Amino acid sequence: MTVLNFIVLLPILNALAIAFGAPARKSALLSAWTQLILTLFAIAGYNTAKGGYQFGSTWQVAPDWGIAFTLGADGLSLVMLLLTAVVTLAAVWATPRIEKRENLFFVCVLLISAGAAGAFASVDLFFFYAFHELALIPTFLLIGIWGHGERQVAAWKTTIYLAVGSIILLVGIAKLYLAFPVEARTFDLTVMQANRALIPADAQAGIYIWLLIGFGILISLFPFHSWAPLAYASAPTPAAMLHAGVLKKFGLYGLIRVALPLLPEGAKAWANLLLVLLVCNILYIGLVTIAQKRLDWMLGYSSVMHMGYAFLGIAAANVVGVTGAALLMLAHGLSIAALFAMCGHLRQTTPSLAFTSMGGLAKRAPFLGYAFGMAAFASIGLPGFANFASELMVFFGAWKTGGATLNFGPVQIATICALWGVVISAVYMLRAYRQMFQGEPHDNTAAVTDPACCTRWAVLILLAALLVGGLWPKSYVNFIQPSVEALFAK
Amino acid sequence: MQQLIPAITLEVAVLILGLLMLFAEAFSKRADRSHMAGYAIAVLLALIGYSFFTQSAPTELTGYWKFYAADATSLFFKRIALGTTVVVLVMAREYRHVLQKYIPGTEAGRGTGEFYCLPVFICAGLMFMASAVDFILIFVALELVTIGFYVLVAYMRRHTQSLEAGVKYLILGALSTGFLVYGITWIFGLTGQTNLIAVKVALMNGFGAPSASGAHEYGALIGNEGALLFGIMLIMIALGFKIAAAPFQLWVPDVYQGAPTPVTAFLSVGSKAAGFIVLVRVLDVFLAVPAVQGKVVALLVVLAVLTLLYGNLAAMPQDNLKRLFAYSSIAHAGYLLIACATLGTQPALAKEAISFYLAGYLVMTLLSFLILIIVARHSRGDEIHHFNGLGKRSPFLAAGMTLAIASLAGIPLTAGFLGKFLIFKTAVAAGQWTLIGIGIIGVAAGFYYYFKVLAAMYWREPGDATAIRISSLARASVVVLSVSIIILGIWPKPILDQLKDAPAAPGHLANH
Repeated sequence: MTVLNFIVLLPILNALAIAFGAPARKSALLSAWTQLILTLFAIAGYNTAKGGYQFGSTWQVAPDWGIAFTLGADGLSLVMLLLTAVVTLAAVWATPRIEKRENLFFVCVLLISAGAAGAFASVDLFFFYAFHELALIPTFLLIGIWGHGERQVAAWKTTIYLAVGSIILLVGIAKLYLAFPVEARTFDLTVMQANRALIPADAQAGIYIWLLIGFGILISLFPFHSWAPLAYASAPTPAAMLHAGVLKKFGLYGLIRVALPLLPEGAKAWANLLLVLLVCNILYIGLVTIAQKRLDWMLGYSSVMHMGYAFLGIAAANVVGVTGAALLMLAHGLSIAALFAMCGHLRQTTPSLAFTSMGGLAKRAPFLGYAFGMAAFASIGLPGFANFASELMVFFGAWKTGGATLNFGPVQIATICALWGVVISAVYMLRAYRQMFQGEPHDNTAAVTDPACCTRWAVLILLAALLVGGLWPKSYVNFIQPSVEALFAK
Repeated sequence: MQQLIPAITLEVAVLILGLLMLFAEAFSKRADRSHMAGYAIAVLLALIGYSFFTQSAPTELTGYWKFYAADATSLFFKRIALGTTVVVLVMAREYRHVLQKYIPGTEAGRGTGEFYCLPVFICAGLMFMASAVDFILIFVALELVTIGFYVLVAYMRRHTQSLEAGVKYLILGALSTGFLVYGITWIFGLTGQTNLIAVKVALMNGFGAPSASGAHEYGALIGNEGALLFGIMLIMIALGFKIAAAPFQLWVPDVYQGAPTPVTAFLSVGSKAAGFIVLVRVLDVFLAVPAVQGKVVALLVVLAVLTLLYGNLAAMPQDNLKRLFAYSSIAHAGYLLIACATLGTQPALAKEAISFYLAGYLVMTLLSFLILIIVARHSRGDEIHHFNGLGKRSPFLAAGMTLAIASLAGIPLTAGFLGKFLIFKTAVAAGQWTLIGIGIIGVAAGFYYYFKVLAAMYWREPGDATAIRISSLARASVVVLSVSIIILGIWPKPILDQLKDAPAAPGHLANH
């Protein structure tokens, strides 16, 4: 048993305890704190000089098929585990009072968190996939029972989309597994990585497209994105925070960890398609975001849009770009979680989240005014926040593809298009900020006050993690970069 | 290897148990027969334990036992049959209050003895079928099973739906029997054999190249492909009825809905498992003949596509849970047929997938039916809305049902997922991309109709908020089945070990 086993299994055990009647909120908060402290321990105990996967533990499940319950973490996984732990804590902390079936609610929240942590800590492709699916039923229940607006439509749509994405991904994983010669077949990612030369180059494109579409649906890649804004707008606050903040990063993590290093030829074959789609993600969805009239929908669409940058980093397929994408996963997860936490607070206190029915909130709720402003700036990608550092790396990485000489190809064109995304995010975020927080206070917002202490701490902890990444990006990059270099090592 | 007890003693023991129960039914003084179920459960559980000491030996080509295979796969399926029967008897006990209403007679429990006794005979039939490598034994065992079901389906004599189901099942069952016998005669006419191994040898030689030595059996059958295909088609039609594959599924929804629920569960598990064992055994023979292999695979692909589409799409609008499970059982037959279609090119992978899928299908289906019986009894109905608010009324049953649903839909860390994963893996390995595409549509549809039950249990408010009382036997069964779903899902090794060193094909000797 290593610290990773505890990080993955504790939330599950806690969920079980809550299901059997333990006090829900207290146990969940305790579980989230323990998860965060254990993750920090793991980060402190990680030997950066040695690198690679550490804290490994293996339990043979089906040796014939090469499936084992193998946990292990390198720098990249540790950063993702940190994201999971921080967002989980913030989500549990910021949960408003649950009127009905509190126990079931927290069981679902903890299972989502456990699924994400398990996926990020898995070295075995089979369990990596399986853990992600742990979140499917809890998501269905969270949106369906405690959601807002068209919650039932949202629950069905989300579930079906995610299920289809997963099954396509599963076929891709099966193809990848079978691409190896019989004696080298395994689900162990480290072994796959070592044996990747055995995958025939001409088979790679056929495998990569399944993985790209499967992961793409989970990440809300254009044109498979339409579930995401609806789900986030309808989900209860902690579910939206966890889903947009953490769970969605599973797909990107999978592309970085599995698809890109194992199938470099496949990535090349489909690079132009990915570039077109990601530009649609940034520009088209960006314009759709500007058109939104409600805060929750705007945040949902902005989260879809920002995935485009991460895809750009992956399309760059070099160390700088992918490191940037990984840092962006963390930065976006933290900032969108903070925004959704505050959106949830506003939902509680105002009759409508439409921009036109809010105004002058900064006077009524000064803390909210500051914090929302910071999170919005982070989301735009202003300097000082991790988002800035990561987007910069993504753009540099993408620009540099094709070698040291000045090269102008599809990736560079996509980069130029993507740069406009920054302008678009500035437009919608700043406009939203002006309409909501500045000007004359609107009658609808009479009941708005600053959030309770718990929610404030939740937002603060998310913002603090963002500022660390912005002011001192090396703190995260030092963990991410060696792992990414190892993935690209010849 | 040391000499162990021969496997046939298992079937003999089950038959003796059934006969003893018949005597008990005839002579017992107690009016309430539910104690009989208790004894039978105990004996069958003991037999499952005993089965681990029986001999797993390769099939003999000659001699008296040449119709009976006792390889690891057949032992595995015997255990499946025994386990299924145990759970069905538990269900039957839970169901006795409903049963009584529709049985003539005044005294409580009078006339229900056969309801516990017939499943034991059906179990014996299933076990024989698991070992049958001869068309004659296959036919006899299949009839033992089917005739038992004729009685059980129509058991509620004063319930028109049950009677209607009984008549439908009887007529279509008899029809499929006819197809089977006719198909067997065609194969027999070609080869002069009923033993599967001998048939395989005769077919391979008969359709093989004429040998230089002039042995007359080589190449003797060339030109008779049409006759062989006709026989194969008839047998496939008959088995299509048994496994509920489209377009032979018409009886399924009505019979499943009308039959007493424990019988429905038994039909959907036992009958299907038996059908697939036989299908795998006969396909092993037919796919070995290169002259017809392509056509047989094409036939299987067509069957699989129709079954997957029909089962999954028709399940979506259902509001009655028993009917929904009927369509879902058709859909599961479709997934299994995907694996059957790959038996020719990926025999090892496909057999593993089919065995594992059936084991997982067994636990998840039985669990869902067991909970259905308990809830239906308390809510007085088996529509989906009778499950409304079950999460509040009985968190225990709701959790069990959630697990069963997760497994049926194919969510990881459950038995059902691993089964689906293996099926898709074989399909990828065999390059059956049409089937994979249809399978993906099916899985997506499956999420919709299975999650309808989840939505009822958790989203909606209960119409009747009384708590549900559960007998301790039923509670224990729910726990055992739930735990096995998870264990099979994350630790398949025990099952794989049971299937191992299986002389997987009954015809493996034919190659020598």
